[in-house]
Order: sequence, then structure tokens, then C-alpha cells
Amino acid sequence: MSLSISLTINGQARTVVLDDPRVTLLDLLRERLDLPGTKKGCDRGQCGACTVLVDGRRINSCLALAASLDGAEVTTIEGLAEGEILHPVQAAFVAHDGFQCGYCTPGQIMSAIGLIQEGHANGDPERIRELMSGNICRCGAYQGITEAILEAQKTLAEGNRRDAA
Amino acid sequence: MSPETISQTNRSHRHGSNAGQPLTRRDGVLKVTGRATYAADNHPDDMLYAVPAVSRIARGRVTALDVTAAKAHAGVVEVLTPANRPPLAHDPDEKMPPFGFRVEVLQDDGVRYVGQPIALVIAETLEAATEGAALLDPQYETATARTDLSNGDRFDTATVGIGAPARTAYGDIAAGLAAATHVTEADYVTPAQYHNAMEPHAVVAEWDGDRVTLDMPNQAMALSCAAYAAYFGVPAENVLIRSPFLGGGFGSKAILNGPQILAILAARMLQRPVKLVLTRAQMYGPVGHRGHTWQKLRIGTDREGRLTALHHHALCATSSFDEFLEPAANASLPLYESPAILVEHEGLRLDTGTPGPMRAPGEASGSAALEVAMDEAAVACGMDPLEFRLANYAETEPGTGRPFSSKTLRECYSEGAKRFGWAGRPLEPRQMRDENGFLVGWGMGTAVFHCPHFPAEARATLRADGTALVETSGADMGQGAWTALAQIAAEALGLDPDQVEFHSGVSSLPDGGIAGGSGHTASAGLALNNAGEDAIAKLAALATADPASPLFGSGNIGVVPRSGRLHRLDDEGRSESYVDILARTGQTEVIGTAKAARDQEAAAHHAMFSHGAVFAEVKVDPDLGQIRATRLVGAFAAGRVINPRLVRSQYFGGMIWGASFALHEEAITDRRTGRIMNADFAEYHVPVNADVPSLDAILTEEHDPYVNPLGIKGVGEIGITGTVGAIANAVWHATGVRVRRFPIRIEDLVIGRS
Repeated sequence: MSLSISLTINGQARTVVLDDPRVTLLDLLRERLDLPGTKKGCDRGQCGACTVLVDGRRINSCLALAASLDGAEVTTIEGLAEGEILHPVQAAFVAHDGFQCGYCTPGQIMSAIGLIQEGHANGDPERIRELMSGNICRCGAYQGITEAILEAQKTLAEGNRRDAA
Repeated sequence: MSPETISQTNRSHRHGSNAGQPLTRRDGVLKVTGRATYAADNHPDDMLYAVPAVSRIARGRVTALDVTAAKAHAGVVEVLTPANRPPLAHDPDEKMPPFGFRVEVLQDDGVRYVGQPIALVIAETLEAATEGAALLDPQYETATARTDLSNGDRFDTATVGIGAPARTAYGDIAAGLAAATHVTEADYVTPAQYHNAMEPHAVVAEWDGDRVTLDMPNQAMALSCAAYAAYFGVPAENVLIRSPFLGGGFGSKAILNGPQILAILAARMLQRPVKLVLTRAQMYGPVGHRGHTWQKLRIGTDREGRLTALHHHALCATSSFDEFLEPAANASLPLYESPAILVEHEGLRLDTGTPGPMRAPGEASGSAALEVAMDEAAVACGMDPLEFRLANYAETEPGTGRPFSSKTLRECYSEGAKRFGWAGRPLEPRQMRDENGFLVGWGMGTAVFHCPHFPAEARATLRADGTALVETSGADMGQGAWTALAQIAAEALGLDPDQVEFHSGVSSLPDGGIAGGSGHTASAGLALNNAGEDAIAKLAALATADPASPLFGSGNIGVVPRSGRLHRLDDEGRSESYVDILARTGQTEVIGTAKAARDQEAAAHHAMFSHGAVFAEVKVDPDLGQIRATRLVGAFAAGRVINPRLVRSQYFGGMIWGASFALHEEAITDRRTGRIMNADFAEYHVPVNADVPSLDAILTEEHDPYVNPLGIKGVGEIGITGTVGAIANAVWHATGVRVRRFPIRIEDLVIGRS
């Protein structure tokens, strides 16, 4: 069988012909669309390394079947920076050493962006720690991650205020 | 992106000079944009996917596999089983020193542990290979699994860890215990733990004739090339390993394992590139773990609270077919002064995958037991735990009397205690409550880790434009090698780090040694430093011999490199730029090389360790027994610090591993089947962000003239060692319940209290 779906990935419209209904969004991105920035850590929705935004919401892409996402808008780690200019969350992760090995980092960053967009963090490190707890970092870069999100949230809020003025 | 192009994109922030500065990571932009390439991100044309089928029994043999069903599945190309597995040039049941373990590569139908590969399915897609493996429907002849003390086979051993002595005795332990006014004696249990790097073990293998390229995370590239060459019967130079990034290693990616060898074999058999990525569950078997230990400590103390005897016995689990015994009891050797010290180990064979080194092997498990026992001994003596440790401070290495190459532990104790606010801690437990009524406890532990140094090589090339290229095959698994090593090289070359291009992560580069034992920065760093100095010496020879150079005739006086210029040592005003020297002498480049190793004379005469002190606060719900580590302060002295930002991150990571050891991690085995019941990230608990307390790491200044010419010790593992005991002791201080089994659980406190 084959199935054709339309996706917008990082702002680019793509038609994907699937020859297999078992393909997850994560494996579609990594193995078929040459977007390996999104990582597989557990394939069971337990570690968060595969977090991407689908229609603006953060999801574990390992738990989503690609065939079920016809028409969806997907944002991955590859779609954040504009050329050489990093997204404020990316820049803050570098500045606060919010990673070590870097493997969970794409998922952490996508999750952080979702969290900020959802308006959940609000400058409260305790809430950030709780709401980022779906993303495991085995290296233990949590302190830097929390600091980075606090700073990025501030930067983004200032940017929004400037845009509004 | 290849490592060759990565380094060009780097824009490090620089504050002042080179080494010692908190530069951000050179690989930072790549890692936050998804452009850092990990092994499984590679996708050569015409690639196949391999998925292992693994045993669901712990002991016995496979009697049937439905290969026909698997092969009938659309997309399945081949199924490797013991019946058709092509030969290997090295016997997998023979160990390959120094780190080569026995591996399971379908050599027969025997099963030695749950999770052992029993077939490999290769298909056009990952989905087809996964389904094919599920269709094999293995049948077994099952023998009773040996899973615990009750049915494992105990054995004596001469060595533990990798070649360390299993027994060391100083003084007369019986006399020391007899002379004690009090003997603290207790048993401690540490569980099996699994590395669980976020990146699963993976390989993309591509053969070209008798040459093979392996994209794989690898902590020991040169050794691995030699080992793969032996397995596949090709010269070592025909094996190219590319490992620019590892998604965490923690010791699990230095040693060859069966699934990766089988994938490489399949690629040769089918003459197509093959990718294999273990599932999370498949990482609980063939890729090592921290072995289960049962430890006994006896500490004799006199009236003044000084040790009269320290006896540490460890029974350590290993597999039925190989030996890696956690060198746990050896943790009691370097730390506390005692007229008699006896450490000894015994082995226990279980039907499990072979354990291996896992972040702070030996020290983590052993120090967990030792530091709790020391706390118990302090209580028995009516002393503050810190005061008790100071009373037993070793001025020289216990037993041998060798001086330490450097030891700044007193300062760690005092700086850590001050930052934490240790003074005034009540001696008795259950004395402190917070505003919500939670029990509050404070505990401390001493951290210690040895300082291995691996032989390493490097090359430094000064180029006509005044920039440099430095190269070593070392690996960055998150410790920040790309950044710290480049800083060391830049310092030696008298250049800004931004002018130094750093190549690493490919086995064809000069051998960077092993990224393990907390020794990579010192080992590869010394090689880079020496290569840089060699290049500078050659450049200086060109200049000082050239009558047209302002440095002409300065050969005996000497020159120093600084900011891209050589300066005459006794006259800063006389200098010449690298660019000018090279241009005038018509050279396009000057190449410096180095092979570096430890000075054996210094090593023979000095004991070399990093030290630290960790202070912990926990809060415990008095009704529910729920434990939260709320505050951790560590002060560590580990020689010269190259990049404080990265070093602090290493300490934090280690301390979080310590918290994990104390309160979270444990692989639980089903005693009926030998299966690990929690082989996934939902049930094998590692700390998440909300579990991590307020962390503070103090970088205690230390100068070490002996450990290596750069004065660098290691920072990657020491953070675990003091932390486990500190948290366990804080739990006792909060509750009055002494838990001697890790991880500490709610039920230990609730039952222990009643």
C-alpha cells in the first residue's frame, strides 16, 4: 500500500508518499526526510529527545504515526535558527551551558519553546523544572537548562513588547 | 557536517587569555541547531537496517527460530543466525586485552543472559527489520537463572576492575580491631545500574573492499580500530572510526559489543551499508552496566576518634562467562589514615550481561558504602562527621606513605562547609524541621578519584596565515573536549583560540588515547601542548637562525610565543610574527608532533588523586517518607582548571549521578526469569529536572607539579563519589533511620521508623 500525506515542515510544504503505515513521525524525519536533528532516545515517549512542535504544540514524535498527521505543521530543531542567527532559546542554551553531550538538546529546546509559547513558565524556576521533566538529560545539565529557559523567556517577552510598540 | 567544516563555524566568546577561561563550547552552535552529527544520523546511499532479536531467557539455548516467517516479510533481506553467520577472524570467547570482553556474536545457540543477541534481521527499512525480528518467535530450552546471592556462584579472584589487585593489606587488621574502643560494622548493598546514555549504541558500517568506515560513538578509537581489525581479519589502518560526537558514554562506549560487530559483519556479507541502533531495552544486556555489590565494612576507632583499623570487603557480581568486578573496596585505600587497612574482593557469577566500567567504576559503589560507614563511626564516637574525617585525614597515602602529588582536601572541607553553612549542625538526628514540617537533615561525604593518564599523540600545524590546525583523535562525549583541548593547544601556540582550528573525532588523526577515567583532558591535552611546543620550537629555530629576523641569534636566550608573535625572552621589544617568519623563510607551514605519556618516575613516587567534599541537605515528609534532596554543595580540588564553565558542568553532572545513585537508580531483576523488569526510562529512574536540587560547585584552587606538566587532574567522575554518602547521611540525620541499601526508598524510612 502507499499513502500520500501533506506536511508543512519548518515552513516548507512537502508531500510525502508513505509505503508503510508503521512509520512514526520521528522515523519519517530522521530516516526518510534527511532531518536527523530530532533524536531517538527511547522510542516510547519516555525521554523527550524526539520532541517537536506539531501545530504549535510539543509532542513526542516517536509516538505519532506519520500517516495520522496529514495537513500538520511540524517544526523541528532544524527550523529554528534564521541563517546564522540563533533562536533566543538556542542562544541561551549555549550561554548557560544547558547541555553536555548534546543528544537530548534538540528535544529540550523544542520543549522549552513549547513551554514558553504556552505561557506556562512565567519566570518561575520551580515550574520550569516541573514542566521540563518530560525531557531527560543523562549528563545532568538541568541547572543550565533551567537558567537558559528563564533568560530566553525574558528575551522573548522583551522582543514581543518591542514588536507590539 | 564533517568535523573538518565544523571547526570553521566556531565563534567562541573570549575573555582575556586562553587556558583558564570560561569559554562557551566550540560545538555549542552545532548542538543547539541539530547540526551536530551523531552516529545514527548518517545515512549512506543504499543503506540497510539491522535489528537484533534478543533472548528473553537468561540461561539455556535457542531451539528454534522461524527464519522463514521473518524472511517472508516484505523488505527483509537477510536473517543472521548461528546457522549462517559468516566466520570472524577472532574467537569471540577469547578476551582481547586490555579492554576486550567476551562477546556474543551468534557463535552458538547458547543463551547466557536476557537481552543477548540470538539473531540479526536486516531489511530495507527499519520498520521491516523490526517486524522481521518479532516474527522469529524463538523457542528455548530454559535452565534456572542465577540471579542473586542465594543461587549465584561465588569465586575468588586475583584482580578487579581492569587489572587492579583484588586484595591489599597494610598493617595487622586483627590487631587494629582488637585495639579499638569501638568497632562499627555494617553491610551495604548497591544495585545493578545501567549507563543509559541518551544516545543508544549505534553503528553505520560501510565496506569498500577490505576497508571499512564505522560511524559509531566511541570512547577509545585506536584500541577499537585494532579490535575490529582483529575480528574482521584486516589491518588496523583499514578501519576508520568516525565519532565526532557521542551522545553520552559514561564508560559504555569504550568496549566492543556483539550487536555492533554483527552489524559490521552484515554490511560485509551483503556488500551494502548497514545501520544498527539498539533500542533502549536492548541496552540492558550486551553493553555493560555497574555490577551489583554486597559490601561489609568494619571500622575500629579509639577514644580520640582515630581509626585503628579499616576493613572493606566487597562481593561483586559479574556474568557467568566473563569477569568485570566492580573494584568497590579499593575506594577505602586512599582516603583515611589507619594503622591497618584491608580491602578485599570476591566474585559472584550471575546469568547477566557482563558488567563494565560505569562513571566512577569502583569508587562510586565503594565510596557510597565507605562514606556511610564513616558517618556511622563518627556517630559512634560522638563526633561531628566533618571533625571525624579531619581527625583521620591522611597526610600521605595510607599504607604506602607516598606523598600525594597534591592534596587540597582540607580546603575543600572548609570551603564547602562554609558555603553550605555546616557549622552548628546538631549531632543528633531528627532535630531540624522546615516551615512546612518536613524533617531536614544534613550530611557530608568525601570525594576522591584517581588520576589515570593515557598515552596520546597530537599534531600542530602553524600555517602561513598565522593560524594553526591542531589534531588528535580524541572524543567529545559532553565533557567539552573540543573546547578545553583547543584552549590548551592555543596556549601552547601563543594564539587566540579563535585562530586555532581543532580536528578531532576521527581515528585517522593522531591517537588521542581514551576518553575515560577522567583522564582525557590531561592525556590528549598534554599531547596537544607538546605538539604545539614542538611547532613553536621549529618556528623559533627558523627565526633565530635567520640574519634578517629581529630574533637572529636568540637561540640560547630563548623565545616565547604570544599573540601570534615570538618574543625574545630577555627583551620583549624584539619580536616577529609567525606570518613574517614563515613568509621570509619560504615555508607554507611548520608541523609539530608529540607523543605524550605519564612521567613514570613522578608516578612511582607520588600518589595522584583528585579530592573533594560534598555537603547535602534533604527534606523528608515525616508521614509519607518521601525524600527530596534540596541542596548540594561540592568543593573539589582537581589540579589546574582549563575551563571553569565546563568543569562546573562536569561536577554538577557527577553530583546529579550521585543523587541518582542515592535515591533513584536500580535495575530490578525478576528472580524467576532473570529478566530486568524495568528496562526502560519510565521505570528505571534517573533524575529529571524537577528531581535536581540547588547545586553549587566550588572549584578549589590546586597546583600540582607532578601529576603532569600541565597540572591537570580529572573532573568527570569525582562528583559522584562524595555525593552518594552525603545524601544517605543526610537522610539518616533527618530521620534517624540508617539505610544501607541503595537506592534509599520510601519504604526503608517508613518501615525503618516503625
